[in-house]
Amino acid sequence: MIPGVTLELILYVTALGLVIIGLAGVVLSSHLFRMVLALVIAEAGANLMLVLSGYRWDAVAPILMQRTDQPAMVDPVPQAMVLTAIVIGVGIQALAVSILIRIRQRYGNLKRREVAEKMDAEIAASAGIRRDISQDAPLGERPLSPLPAHTAESRGGDA
Amino acid sequence: MSEVELWIALILGIMMLSSAVLALVVKNHLAAVAAASVVSLGLALLFALMRAPDVAMTEAAVGAGLSSLILALALRRLGLWQIDSGSDNSNLLSASTRGKEDA
Repeated sequence: MIPGVTLELILYVTALGLVIIGLAGVVLSSHLFRMVLALVIAEAGANLMLVLSGYRWDAVAPILMQRTDQPAMVDPVPQAMVLTAIVIGVGIQALAVSILIRIRQRYGNLKRREVAEKMDAEIAASAGIRRDISQDAPLGERPLSPLPAHTAESRGGDA
Repeated sequence: MSEVELWIALILGIMMLSSAVLALVVKNHLAAVAAASVVSLGLALLFALMRAPDVAMTEAAVGAGLSSLILALALRRLGLWQIDSGSDNSNLLSASTRGKEDA
C-alpha cells in the first residue's frame, strides 16, 4: 500500500464523494424520484462522516466490560446520534415518497419541468392573473435547454 | 490498523461511489433503487469496520432493508415498476431527450 494513505483518508474521501454525488443529483436530476434517491445517498455520506469524526484507529468498540485495564474506546456519542439519524432519514424518505404519490395523482407525471409548468399554470389560474412571466424565460428568451415538443405548445401565450 | 482493513475500506469505498453514480444515471428505476441499496449495505460494512457494531446493525436492517422496501413499493404506486430496461442510460443533464417516453 502507498505510504500516507490511511484508513481515515479513504473513509473521508468516500464520505465526501457520497455527499457531493448526492447533492449533484438533487440539483441536476430531471425526474423527481431520482431526487429522493440522491437525497438518500447524500444522507448516507453525512452519516459516514459523523461516525468517522469519533473514530480512532487504536481503539475498540464502545462496550463497557468489567475489567480494570479498560482499553481506549471510539467515541460513542456520534454513533448514538447517527443511530437516530438513520431512523429519521427513513422517515424523511417515506414522507418524500408520499408527496411524490400525491404529485402523480394530481399532475399525472413526475418530470420536474412538466410538474413545474403545470404548477405555475395552476397558481396563475387560481390567482386570476395572466401567466406571462416564466421562471425559465424571464425576458422571453429562454436561456435553458428547450422543452419537449408536446409540452411546448401547452405553454400558451407567454411569448 | 492492519493492511487488510485498508484494502477492505478501499474496495468498499470504490464500490459505494460507483454504485451511487449508477443510482443517478441508470435508466431503470428499479435498478436505481437496487444501487441505492448497495450503497446502504456498503455503508453498514464500513460501520462495522469502524467499530460501531450497533450502527452497522441498524443501517443494515433499516437503511438497506426497510428503505429499499419503501422505495420499491412506492415504485409500484408511481407506475414506474418495470423489470426490463432500455439500452440508453442517460438521465442526468438530459431532460429533453427523455421527453419521448412517458413515465
